[in-house]
Amino acid sequence: MTAAPVIVYEDSPPADVALADRVAADTSTKAPVLLFYHSAVIWLLVGSVAGLMAALKFNLPDWLTGSAPLTFGRLRTVHLNAVTYGWSSMALIGTAIWLIPRLVRAPLFAPRIAMAAAWGWNLFMILGLSAVLAGWSDGLEWLEIPLPIDAIVALSGGLMALSVLITVARRRTQHFYVSVWYILASMVWLPIIFVTANLPLFVGVGQAAVNWWFGHNALGLWITPMSLALPYYFIPKILGRPIHSYNLSLVGFWALAFFYSLNGHHHLIGGPFPQWVITTSVTASVMMVIPVAATAVNFHYTMIGRFDTLRWSPTLRFMVIGAMIYTLVSLQGSIEALRSFNRVVHFTQYTVGHAHLGLYGFASFILFGAYYFIMPRLVNWEWPSGNLIRWHFWLALTGITIYFGSLSIAGWLQGQAMLDASRPFMESVELTKPYLWARSVGGTLMLAAHFIFAWHYWRMVRRRGAARSEPAWSDRRSYYTMPKPQQEPGA
Amino acid sequence: MDRYRVIFAGAVITAVFAFFVLAFIPQRQLSSVVPMDALKPYTPSQLAGRGVYISEGCVFCHSQQVRNSSFGSDSLRGWGRASYPEDYRYDRPHLLGTMRTGPDLTNIAVRQSSRAWHLTHLYQPRAVVGGSLMPSYRYLFAIKPGAEPGDEVVTLPPDFAPAQGVVVAKPAARELVDYLLSLNRNYPRADMRTVPAGAEH
Repeated sequence: MTAAPVIVYEDSPPADVALADRVAADTSTKAPVLLFYHSAVIWLLVGSVAGLMAALKFNLPDWLTGSAPLTFGRLRTVHLNAVTYGWSSMALIGTAIWLIPRLVRAPLFAPRIAMAAAWGWNLFMILGLSAVLAGWSDGLEWLEIPLPIDAIVALSGGLMALSVLITVARRRTQHFYVSVWYILASMVWLPIIFVTANLPLFVGVGQAAVNWWFGHNALGLWITPMSLALPYYFIPKILGRPIHSYNLSLVGFWALAFFYSLNGHHHLIGGPFPQWVITTSVTASVMMVIPVAATAVNFHYTMIGRFDTLRWSPTLRFMVIGAMIYTLVSLQGSIEALRSFNRVVHFTQYTVGHAHLGLYGFASFILFGAYYFIMPRLVNWEWPSGNLIRWHFWLALTGITIYFGSLSIAGWLQGQAMLDASRPFMESVELTKPYLWARSVGGTLMLAAHFIFAWHYWRMVRRRGAARSEPAWSDRRSYYTMPKPQQEPGA
Repeated sequence: MDRYRVIFAGAVITAVFAFFVLAFIPQRQLSSVVPMDALKPYTPSQLAGRGVYISEGCVFCHSQQVRNSSFGSDSLRGWGRASYPEDYRYDRPHLLGTMRTGPDLTNIAVRQSSRAWHLTHLYQPRAVVGGSLMPSYRYLFAIKPGAEPGDEVVTLPPDFAPAQGVVVAKPAARELVDYLLSLNRNYPRADMRTVPAGAEH
């Protein structure tokens, strides 16, 4: 690496310097971000199709039972891995790679390393999902992809982290914006949780322990902090207004780092396991109220008085709704971890609804918002159709609402039935059936939203539609009356 | 101290600390647990069947853990006594599960010891349990014109039987049933001093 002259800015640089830096940053990240973004959209479609097929198998258990790769247990695994590691993770990495150089005023270090990471990650996805379809699985939830294939993602993730960490080391700002905190920490956490989870030390219930140490932290120390970095950047950026309280955001960060990392064993409540560890996780789960409240208050006071912006900014609409859902799903999670509540819902569809509210209503919505902001800047072309964005938004929101609502009711009824030994087990199955149909309806709407989004994305990348200099929703009259963005957060 | 190092060190410390609390210390604590004599290691055939259980993702709908009576009606349903860490000494990967779309299978061999029932149930769950949501695993079976020596023929009600020929279990189905019939952890549990106090419910 060549030693570039390091200029550390004390304050906001002059406008022409800031602009030149931003152009340099965006130029350095364009190729890898596009590669991560394209790949993520493909994995979103793969994962959604597999998810809907798995859902329909609850409604039609004799549908597609003739061949092993299409059995429920394998399609469900393809769904989970494709949306978590393909869609969410690749889209988050792409966004992080785009954000970091802007926030630290230094071009991305060795973009080719990031490109290699993206290709490696895709190879991991292709081999991993093929292995699962062929019946080769490690058998641990969230870690189904076999160990030898995991080595590819470990290497890719390491390269990606290296590229980002060195970029930050070569920063030309003194200030660390809160989004940088979250992304940096996530880049450190992912390798740690992934490597420790695969250590060959564990057997029996000890392995269940390390399984859920990883399973929950894939969300708690990877998807969640990476996703939270986004609204911290985009909300102030688009509003042209600083984040309400910088100190509060740091409280949120450290509380999340300490408490979320200890959450995993609420998945083992009631199990054959030392109670002190489960109690630790239950306590930590309840303590999550602190970082969640800190973040919610911060976002709310940044947004306050500007909620009408959700009418003209697709990014803010997706992102603010996503951030609100983060608050809801986290508070729900804290309640769910309480033993008295957990004994009802532990083994039920309620948990599935909760997981989707988190990964979809929160993380995916925030990612959709990021796509709507970043893509025009990457391909130098506006989104071709405002209506397609509206369809995407409303189908996705209606879909997840139906999905979450139906599974929450189903899970609660199922749990109540299972707790009552005088009711036969099959009653807990029969009760859920109408709600499982409703879930499939919700899932269909979400899948439709994704096809619209992917189609729109494809048209944009191909530069279809009329050339415009105004955003897709500029037909909204209020757009012209809104104050324009004034300054970049953290700059 | 430089903020970069603060974040880096903070991230490493929180994650390593949580790993020790949630994974490393419990594993050390549980490593002294000795299995009861009644719990036998899996035979090669049972182990192969366990592999089928993993490949087909049975764990996504079936748990293998009986909860304490203060925590649900598992024992009242006849699913067996509460599970303890020593019941899992031979389990790698563990298959405790997090979902009960279907019933718990910790002691399925006690509740349902009929090999024929399991084969029928795997071939077509709705032939024996009306309203079941379980997938049919008919790809683990073959339809032949007639049974040959050594074949295990699946008994089926007329509605579910093929028009011609007999349904015969492939090796994977036979191994899976071998595994299911090994799932009996209902032997009495003596008070074991090696069990850490924390594991008592």
